[in-house]
Amino acid sequence: MTNKSFVKFENVQKSYDGEVLVVKDLNLEIPKGEFLTMLGPSGSGKTTCLMMLAGFETATHGIISLDGNPINNIPPHKRGIGMVFQNYALFPHMTVYENLSFPLEVRKLSKTVREEKIKLALDMVQMREFGNRRPAQLSGGQQQRIALARSLVFEPDLVLMDEPLGALDKQLREHMQYEIKHLHERLGVTVVYVTHDQSEALTMSDRVAVFNDGVIQQLASPPDLYEQPENAFVAQFIGENNKIMAEVVDVKGSVVTAKTSKGNLLKSKKVNCDEVGSKTTLSIRPERIKVGSKGENTSEAKVLELIYIGDHIRCRMLVEGDENFIVKIPNAKKISDLKIGLKTQVSWSTGDCRALDRLV
Amino acid sequence: MLASQNNNNQKMLTTDGIPLKKKLSKALFRSRLRAFGLVTPLLLLISIGFVFPIIVFLTRGVYNDTFEKYMVNLTPILAEWDGKSEPTEDMYEALVLDLVWLKETKNIGKVASRMNRELSGSRSLFTSSARKAKKLEAPFKESLTKVKKKWAKLETWRAMKVTSQSLSPVFLASALDMKYTAEGTIVQKSPERRIHVKLFIRTLEISLVVVIAGLILGYPVAFLLANLPIRISNLLLILVLLPFWTSLLVRTTAWIAMLQGQGVLNDLFVVFGIATDEDRFTLIYNKAGTLISMTHILLPFMILPIYSVMKTIPPSYVRAAKSMGATNWTAFWRIYFPQTIPGIGAGAILVFILAISFYITPALVGGQDGTMISNFIDYHMRKSLNWSLAAAMGGVLLVIILFLYWIYDRVVGIDNMKLG
Ligand SMILES: Nc1ncnc2c1ncn2[C@@H]1O[C@H](COP(=O)(O)OP(=O)(O)OP(=O)(O)O)[C@@H](O)[C@H]1O
Ligand SMILES: [Mg+2]
Repeated sequence: MTNKSFVKFENVQKSYDGEVLVVKDLNLEIPKGEFLTMLGPSGSGKTTCLMMLAGFETATHGIISLDGNPINNIPPHKRGIGMVFQNYALFPHMTVYENLSFPLEVRKLSKTVREEKIKLALDMVQMREFGNRRPAQLSGGQQQRIALARSLVFEPDLVLMDEPLGALDKQLREHMQYEIKHLHERLGVTVVYVTHDQSEALTMSDRVAVFNDGVIQQLASPPDLYEQPENAFVAQFIGENNKIMAEVVDVKGSVVTAKTSKGNLLKSKKVNCDEVGSKTTLSIRPERIKVGSKGENTSEAKVLELIYIGDHIRCRMLVEGDENFIVKIPNAKKISDLKIGLKTQVSWSTGDCRALDRLV
Repeated sequence: MLASQNNNNQKMLTTDGIPLKKKLSKALFRSRLRAFGLVTPLLLLISIGFVFPIIVFLTRGVYNDTFEKYMVNLTPILAEWDGKSEPTEDMYEALVLDLVWLKETKNIGKVASRMNRELSGSRSLFTSSARKAKKLEAPFKESLTKVKKKWAKLETWRAMKVTSQSLSPVFLASALDMKYTAEGTIVQKSPERRIHVKLFIRTLEISLVVVIAGLILGYPVAFLLANLPIRISNLLLILVLLPFWTSLLVRTTAWIAMLQGQGVLNDLFVVFGIATDEDRFTLIYNKAGTLISMTHILLPFMILPIYSVMKTIPPSYVRAAKSMGATNWTAFWRIYFPQTIPGIGAGAILVFILAISFYITPALVGGQDGTMISNFIDYHMRKSLNWSLAAAMGGVLLVIILFLYWIYDRVVGIDNMKLG
């Protein structure tokens, strides 16, 4: 039971100023050992959630529990939660070794035990030789590793990370993503990870909670999130997406027929749209679209721009009045037929198009 | 191309064949010269208006040629005299010659007051003898002692010998409650005349207490300033800076109104029954008054450097410490406090150096036991006109400050100091 919901948010709300709810009715259960990522645009309340879990902000309403026990009134230092901060927060006046020693000292562990654990933690992040350096004498990536080691050295069951890779360059960031993921797999700790980088979220996580405006828009595994977005925000936020505004004219089982502003009738999968007469956003991934042939759904298109990527061609088209309709065409022989200004057709199968809520 | 390949081991050359090092230093020299040109006016102003006068004034503490300049006949003879044997007729003759000339050139007053510093009562001895010097006849030893008996005393001559040395530690010794004798030794003054050392110690003590009190009072204020919401902290900051907008004199007199026997504070004490109406606290015109008002006046200098350092410490450090299991106190003491030390160092040294030379406040509220060394320096500058002693005392004060600064550098490290 507690294994299934090691961390639990129940109807949690948070407001800083008593006027605006920064977190609105959050419900979230995180099983033990999971790597859960909170993903969302800036200001969506991710850090706030993390801080409530760590105990640095109090929830205005609702219950947060850890391992079955409500922790709303437990001060941060008694929660036993490891934490990695965006700026690493390595203590500048202490050496790496002293930094790692600090959580063990406040736990009053003996010197020999401390040495043992620090050695293990430094080995874990391959930073054994750096024990005597000050944080300022380390590169960003090295500081990152030490911060990681420090959050894990006292063997917490839960580790929170708030955009820990935000300050690193792309290559190092990708490298560290794998390292963190492997550490998580090896140690089996529960990780709550915050980022606004969707590719980071998709590569690392067991599940991703997409935040917007203080609400979890969707909580799902990375493939589900990409393949089956439940609303227009998620479809738009995760990966590339083409959207066509339309009005529902018919609903039969799981198939919705919708009419675009051009009068074209398109069929799609019913996911999150209202009855006949309401507006809907049709969502199709760029790689699921065929160019130049008819299919279950077909639309007129005009090529506006071609960008050579290598393994594929990005083609920007005018479709249903939308000038930013993107199609990804695999790099094969016949693409030399495509020219800017060419009028052609695009088609897709009904199952690949999802009828979602209306985007505001 | 070829040449540069062959000369791999030799010095690097630029394309026009000049060694790279030389060219670099030339380029740097030009930019340095330009930088120097920019600061020249300031440098001139500082050296002419600040460094030069200070050095000139400080030399007065060890160099005073009044006697040598005006007693041209006597000075060389005194230099040879051993300071113990009976003064010879030669010496008396030279003295009379000098006195006559001093009287004619109307310079007797200068020498008389210079001598009076060394031996009180010498002023009248010199002026009255000079008046009669012209009529004196040989043997001068007899005739002069007839005018004033004091001329026969060895003490008078020894004082003249000391004074005749232009470059001498006589004032420095005096600033440290010691006496420079005619034999060139330095001895302590009699206990009841030792006042300066006590004053130096009191000055250091007051400054130290002001620093400590400022730290205790200022640290929490700086912490509040750095951690309150910006709107409130700005208001608080204005309150901290408010004293800067009023003159030092006004603030000090305000403290007089606050602290005096019939003042606000004592009235409150009486109201709350801490003191009785007849038996009020004396909070002013003593050390307590100096300490209270100096602490208040110097508090902003303590708060601001600490505040500016605290401002740069992100809250994530303390949060990180707490997430690792540290209690509030441990997180503060082991993580937050050490990072504020540069601010504390800067504030402490700033307040200390300002306090050690404080002058108006102790003069107004210090009374007897609350005055400081600078008040004495001022006294010798303006009242007794003993500039040499004032210079010597200022020099000693400067040396003390430099010494403490050096200790501070050894213990805390100047690089560890942060003013903003
Ligand atoms: N201490 C605070 N006082 C008042 N409002 C705050 C405070 N911290 C955050 N907010 C507000 O709460 C909202 C959510 O902030 P939060 O820091 O949780 O966003 P985030 O999702 O972490 O964004 P980012 O990706 O930029 O870090 C924002 O609108 C922010 O302005
Ligand atoms: Mg954030």
